[in-house]
Amino acid sequence: MDDARISRRGLSPKLWLAGGWLLVALLAAIFAPLVAPQDPLAQDLMLERLPPFWLDGAEPGYWLGTDSLGRDLLSRLIFGGRIAFIVAFAAATSACLLGSALGLIAGYFGGWADRIISRIVDVWMAFPPVLFAILLVAVLGTGLSSVILAIAIIDWTRFCRVIRAEAMSQARMDYVESARIAGYGRIGIMLREVLPNVLPSVVALLSLEMGIAVIVEAILSFVNLSISTDDPTWGSIIAEGRLSIHQAWWVLVFPLITLILTVLSFSQFGEALKARFDPVLR
Amino acid sequence: MLLQRFLVRLLTMLVTLFGVAIVVFVVIRVAPGDPIAMMLPPGASDDDIARLRALYGLDRTIVQQFFIWLGGVLHGDFGTSISLRQDVLGLVFNRLPATLELASFALLMAIAIGVPMAILGARKRGTAVEAGIDIASGATLSIPDFLWGLVLILLFGVLVPVFDISGRVSPELDLPFVTQFYLVESILRLRFDLTWDLLKHMLMPAVALALPLAAIIAQLLKQSLKEVLDLDYVVLARVKGFSETQVILREALKNAALPTLTLVGVQFTFLIGGTVIVERLFSYEGLGNMAIDAVINRDLPLIQGIVLVFALLFVLINLAVDMMYALLNPRLRHG
Repeated sequence: MDDARISRRGLSPKLWLAGGWLLVALLAAIFAPLVAPQDPLAQDLMLERLPPFWLDGAEPGYWLGTDSLGRDLLSRLIFGGRIAFIVAFAAATSACLLGSALGLIAGYFGGWADRIISRIVDVWMAFPPVLFAILLVAVLGTGLSSVILAIAIIDWTRFCRVIRAEAMSQARMDYVESARIAGYGRIGIMLREVLPNVLPSVVALLSLEMGIAVIVEAILSFVNLSISTDDPTWGSIIAEGRLSIHQAWWVLVFPLITLILTVLSFSQFGEALKARFDPVLR
Repeated sequence: MLLQRFLVRLLTMLVTLFGVAIVVFVVIRVAPGDPIAMMLPPGASDDDIARLRALYGLDRTIVQQFFIWLGGVLHGDFGTSISLRQDVLGLVFNRLPATLELASFALLMAIAIGVPMAILGARKRGTAVEAGIDIASGATLSIPDFLWGLVLILLFGVLVPVFDISGRVSPELDLPFVTQFYLVESILRLRFDLTWDLLKHMLMPAVALALPLAAIIAQLLKQSLKEVLDLDYVVLARVKGFSETQVILREALKNAALPTLTLVGVQFTFLIGGTVIVERLFSYEGLGNMAIDAVINRDLPLIQGIVLVFALLFVLINLAVDMMYALLNPRLRHG
């Protein structure tokens, strides 16, 4: 594969761009109060639907224009990044820990543990993920922790399926057998020998999952089921932009570009990591 | 052999559906709020509540409650929608055809885009054309249907407004339909003016759903084609003087299609799952759009019905794909 060839030579330009974007977006989100040019919640009906800076009628200080309530779009995107990255890291890590643990147990121990865990995965795969997420948030109540919990509850199967298959093939390898002969316990072998070998896949999936979590959060806040406060999120800005699309296209365009760049960057990282660590591709 | 495989899969499917029922039951019961209080008008007396509680078996243990609920579901009793005050099953069946038409149309589009891309890529393997297809499909794949929907709304709803980006059919049209399968019925009734209007509404959401799947088909089928193209019998066909395109279409395609077919089946369920948000985005009056309304209105009986129907659909598709794979795979057929 092309990515494998590139990754052997070091970071490809694509990865530099992806990493650069994520770094900029993350730093902007962390230092949002310092970076954002305006208060993201400040409404000013005198400033409603200002276009971005290069168009006639733009106001200095409102670089990407304003929405129908006169709120600064750039500042809202920067503050919205906070929720996006918190959800990305927290939800993806939770899903990863739960799914990898179950996948490792199912793949390495096999037998009943595998049968039960695999059945649960089958059941989970029968739910449409977005509907499942919306249902869970409706039941758990809106809020940041509900969103994170819902994504973790739904997406652990992504890790479980891959790690189970990897652990299964690792368990058949000679080194596991020799560790057993050397007198290591089963759990010891699983954690000390098998786990490090499946770790690269875990890390690659984790990066992909962060992109997915950002999207799910955006979808939830698009249908107004994410965090219930007035805090801006990328999804709620998109919902606003979808409504005023014929009057102020920029309210939809900029959050959309932000989301696409973020998702592409996370998936580029995931793919590159997969290619870098995959022994077959390498 | 085939029958045995079918029976095993059928059993697995029933176990999965039983698991789905448990999960739905638990999730709905965890929900804050008394289900009885939601059914009764405000101001109902304690006696009424107690009577209804007994009627629905809510005074029994949770396991008994589950089997009472499951018995109702198996008899088609999904309860009454709180927000719409109608039978849930009727509401779901009323909306399901719209979603099925959209999903099927999207699947056809994914195949119509993905297969030619795969053939082109395999035919021009090792050239810039193949590299271009790889890059395009890689990027297409990474962007989910929700974002594609927004991109399409901007491009074809605002920038060049040629397609409808809202609704299933123009509201001013007089519809003669007796079923909810509008698209199918308009074709059968030879009302192509209506077919055209329906397609104009369906095209954008369908493309949004189709693009990621089209990219997957392009990548996987191209890979399988490239592998098959080096096999002896394909080389023989080439020696016989067939052109490369003929070789691909007549010899390679049918042998390379099997892995893609299996994957498309699984991906089709993901595509159906995607209709939930894409329908919302395009105000398309399908099941998914109704599901989101149901959640916003906290209409738990309706949500429960929709989730169960989606799950049944997913499991049935997986069963169908598995059977199709068994029928088409010669090793399993004679095995």
